[in-house]
Amino acid sequence: MKSLEQCARERILIIDGAMGTMIQRYKLQESDYRGERFKTYHTDVKGNSDLLSLTRPQVIEAIHREYLEAGADIIETNTFSSTTIAQADYDMQGLAVEMNIASVTIARRAADDYTRRNPEKPRFVAGAIGPLNKTLSISPDVNNPGFRSVTFDEVVTAYYEQVKALTEAGADILLIETIFDTLNCKAAIFAIKKYFRDAGRKELPVMISGTITDASGRTLSGQTLEAFYISVMHAKPFSIGLNCALGGNQMRPYIEELSQIANCYVSCYPNAGLPNTFGEYDEQPHETAHILEDFAKEGFVNIVGGCCGTTPDHIRHIAEHVKHIAPRPLPVTETVLA
Amino acid sequence: MNNTHTIKPYLRLSGLEPLVVRPETNFINVGERTNVTGSKKFARLIREGLYEDALSVARQQVESGAQILDVNMDDALLDGEKAMTTFLNLLASEPDISRVPVMIDSSKFSVIEAGLKCLQGKCIVNSISLKEGEEKFIEQAIICQSYGASVVVMAFDENGQADTLQKRVDFCHRAYKILVDKVGYNPQDIIFDPNIFAIATGIEEHNNYAVEFIEACRQIKQLMPLAKISGGVSNVSFSFRGNDAVREAMHSVFLLHAIKAGMDMGIVNAGMIQIYDEIEPQLRELCEDAILNRRPDATERLIAFAETVKAKGKTTEKDETWRKGTVEERLSHALVNGITDYIESDTEEARQKYDRPLEVIEGPLMDGMNVVGDLFGSGKMFLPQVVKSARVMKKSVAVLTPFIEEEKAQLVAKNGGQIKSAGKILLATVKGDVHDIGKNIVGVVLGCNGYDIIDLGVMVPAEKILQTAREQEVDIIGLSGLITPSLDEMVHIARELKRQQFDIPLLIGGATTSRTHTAVKIAPEYANGVVHVQDASRSVTVTGNLLNKALNKNFLRDVKEEYEKLNEAFRNKRPIKQYLPLAETRQNKVPIDWNAFQPVKPAFLGTKTFNGYDLAEIAQYIDWQPFFISWELHGKFPQILEDEVVGKEATRLFNDAQAMLKKIIEEKWLTARAVIGIFPANSNAADTVTVTSTNGAQVPLEFLRQQIKKAPGQPNISLADFIAPATTGRQDYIGGFAVTAGEGIEKWLDEFKKEHDDYSSIMLKALADRLAEAFTELMHERVRKEFWGYASSEHLSNEALIREEYLGIRPAPGYPACPEHTEKYKLFDLLSATDATGITLTESLAMYPTASVSGWYFAHPESKYFGLGKIEKDQVEDYAQRKGWTIEEAEKWLRPSLEYDM
Repeated sequence: MKSLEQCARERILIIDGAMGTMIQRYKLQESDYRGERFKTYHTDVKGNSDLLSLTRPQVIEAIHREYLEAGADIIETNTFSSTTIAQADYDMQGLAVEMNIASVTIARRAADDYTRRNPEKPRFVAGAIGPLNKTLSISPDVNNPGFRSVTFDEVVTAYYEQVKALTEAGADILLIETIFDTLNCKAAIFAIKKYFRDAGRKELPVMISGTITDASGRTLSGQTLEAFYISVMHAKPFSIGLNCALGGNQMRPYIEELSQIANCYVSCYPNAGLPNTFGEYDEQPHETAHILEDFAKEGFVNIVGGCCGTTPDHIRHIAEHVKHIAPRPLPVTETVLA
Repeated sequence: MNNTHTIKPYLRLSGLEPLVVRPETNFINVGERTNVTGSKKFARLIREGLYEDALSVARQQVESGAQILDVNMDDALLDGEKAMTTFLNLLASEPDISRVPVMIDSSKFSVIEAGLKCLQGKCIVNSISLKEGEEKFIEQAIICQSYGASVVVMAFDENGQADTLQKRVDFCHRAYKILVDKVGYNPQDIIFDPNIFAIATGIEEHNNYAVEFIEACRQIKQLMPLAKISGGVSNVSFSFRGNDAVREAMHSVFLLHAIKAGMDMGIVNAGMIQIYDEIEPQLRELCEDAILNRRPDATERLIAFAETVKAKGKTTEKDETWRKGTVEERLSHALVNGITDYIESDTEEARQKYDRPLEVIEGPLMDGMNVVGDLFGSGKMFLPQVVKSARVMKKSVAVLTPFIEEEKAQLVAKNGGQIKSAGKILLATVKGDVHDIGKNIVGVVLGCNGYDIIDLGVMVPAEKILQTAREQEVDIIGLSGLITPSLDEMVHIARELKRQQFDIPLLIGGATTSRTHTAVKIAPEYANGVVHVQDASRSVTVTGNLLNKALNKNFLRDVKEEYEKLNEAFRNKRPIKQYLPLAETRQNKVPIDWNAFQPVKPAFLGTKTFNGYDLAEIAQYIDWQPFFISWELHGKFPQILEDEVVGKEATRLFNDAQAMLKKIIEEKWLTARAVIGIFPANSNAADTVTVTSTNGAQVPLEFLRQQIKKAPGQPNISLADFIAPATTGRQDYIGGFAVTAGEGIEKWLDEFKKEHDDYSSIMLKALADRLAEAFTELMHERVRKEFWGYASSEHLSNEALIREEYLGIRPAPGYPACPEHTEKYKLFDLLSATDATGITLTESLAMYPTASVSGWYFAHPESKYFGLGKIEKDQVEDYAQRKGWTIEEAEKWLRPSLEYDM
């Protein structure tokens, strides 16, 4: 079977679309989220999508399968918020490890099934590591800019636990995504390096995907794109890219810039346009696909897919449009100064 | 399209913005003053927990060109980890500082790690070494690598510091191999510090230290071409402490060789690099001998020379060998060094040599000024030097002007020909504002660059600016202002330019202006180019770009795009602060227990006038730091005189200032006048302080109150809180003052103008400003101890006064605690200030003469300075009602404080 690296060298890889958008289609209620196990749980848990891997595993697996069917090479585990820090919102910090393991197991099963059917197109499971609801570079208190609601060490501990669970349960890739505060991302990288050092294993490929919040071209924590990339280069990532906050059209200049400066693969999975006044995403599958096809033709990208508002239909169109376009070749990283 | 490209193995660092060290990057300056071991001021601020002020030290460094910020908290009295964390977290909220990468500097690894946990950008760790063995070194390197930091490696091993060439190279190479092979460090992320030691110490073994360092740089770069080299340059001249002339020459010679050999970064005095060619040849030779260890008696000879320099003292540095050069060389030397002694005869000599007088200007004079411009533009020359150069230029041009005029007349008579200039620039300080030091400096700098300057002076109405611009067909309009209402006037002028369909660019400058204000408020009003000019040195590049047809379009487009981004970023990112309703803030006043406090009854009530106050006494109260700031030299006084970068120039400037101050005092150039007053006063619940004037009239003073939501326990302050409410039954008092040290200045300014001596003109204005401030300090002290007498036993040094360690405050209408300017009318009425002192108010409430200060006195021990911050509409309405204004009038005067858009 071909490795991820081999596949990336040969073609543009497809990563899946939104999980949340798809879960909403099931119109699940509080009781669905709770299932039998948390029937009498002391707080409301509706909206805790990651919990569904424990209480409604069939729903999650069905979504994964839809994306695989649409042509996704990489599917993301349902673990965006499966850390002790993020789960504290639901008082479920004790379940974080279990959620990660369950989510990888579900995704693994679905991906392996598709790989078995067509070994020429192996499918990969990316363990999704989200940005947390607490930030390390930004004070939540406007009157006290030096204040932080969480420490670097606490964030490392939370991510370490998640990385360990994702890796041991069998993820192929670790994906740090939707990064709006680079210091949180650096804590995740720190945890990854520490875990693999402690465990004495070879590091999994790490994908890093940041978020440019608006036309200022900066992350929420204020960095320019190049400054952001420089700050995370030490992860020696498999890929660097952007997701969320913007649609493909708004991402264009930043993806172009990344394709110039990155010495690894470049990923891009935008939202389905900008939300309308009702917070819904209107961009149609063929529209998203056209934008990403253009990026591919320009030689900007290696991995494409979707974020908020995208569906299996979007992924199918994207996969179809970039099928015959060569991936961006890896730049040559020189080791001597000319 | 799918062309493979290459990524170079450059050292890449980041703050909010990237710093990529390319081969052509040249030398990287690391800002050194956010270091408690190197800066007493910074150490004190950190120890006292004054982090806001500590941040301004950082800001000042970045503004003055530091590309990396070295942060060091190694002080026995400090909790280093905590101080590092607090400072870096605060730094993160200051985008104009945190845009540059940080160098975390500590000898304690725990402090380094605390710092690493706060920085989102890619920083430098300074430093790690093999001092404690290989195992520890690897452990620390892995940690640094896990945070993505570059590392400075000191050339140490288990047995100590590398002090020979071989040891330096060996230690570095050993560390390199461990880092690259065992830890997996990128070679370009390794920065060596191969130990710069003092030479010429008298100890023979030290003589070869510099040679070995330089040779070590060369060999390290050969062995490890991607690694970087850094070091503390001033160590090399340590044995010549106190003799700056020699130290500077040594640094310059040392760096010339070290940079050539591969040194990439360090803490150096940028002002010394450029003058390598200007070092007096004998001294240069001696330094070369010592640095390169070229002869056994190099140290003795350098010491002997150093003693002659010392013995001669500062005034006799004059070396006349340059007089032997050609007339062109002499003119250039005079310009670069600001020497006027021979300029008239040299100019005359050149005039006779050249065919036409204009050729002297276009030839040798412009060549000399180009050198000055280059040095200034690259930060290698400082403003006072440039102004002196300009004085030389002006004097020289003055010699030539009659001949040029004569020639022009002949030409015009012959064929109506015209003399071409680089461009015509109109400069003006806007209506209502009288501050012009900055504008004059810009005028001088641009004038030296061949532009025709039309300077309309101060308080220039929009109409006059536009009319002159049209009649004179100027190419650029430059506006300046210092007080906040000037910002609105600039917006108004931009609108007028648009309405009257002008198409020339508009430059904005002055202390209160900013790139953001220009981008958000002024640029959107006028489409044909609005550019904010940070300081005089930038004005040359900006005008050059604007008036160059090839560059103009792109330049304006770039500026426009940048401003649009800034504008959008500003609107998007304005922090969402919470504000409280006015009524609620009035429930959260400064909690003063008036039952427990008895206001001190003043020793006298009414007003007191002082005319012709003793200037010598006033001069003792001068705070010199702002004086240096007005010359764009930043740093704490007196340390600035010893500063590595600007010390030499600061000292020279200070000596010139002392000399002029002496004349001002002895020859009574200026007259100091003051009026003070103390009046019965009480406050009410609605932030009004009612004052009983000398004629018994009740005068209501209206104050504003902070409306931002404060942390629990923090009051929403108004100045009115510091005056006892009438309801307490306690009789309280408020004071007022107006002082000036500017009377008589005109005569001298005219004199200097005739002499083409801008340097003296700017100097005199700056000194008059200082005297006015000093006079204010002096009067305030007398008020506290004598006239009001609420602090009669106070004993404070001038430094303590400058640090505001006294009880009570003296806020001025128009300043942060009470930003609404029109209250100044009431102050002036209560004091009859214009009659008493001759100070008049402009329509924008600026004071004339400029060297004047006025304000209120508050005596309560808890009274303190604060910023009002933004206020909401409810307070604007309340204030309008109290002042008897319409809402529109209130919004006009309160505009800078409004929380909402109008």
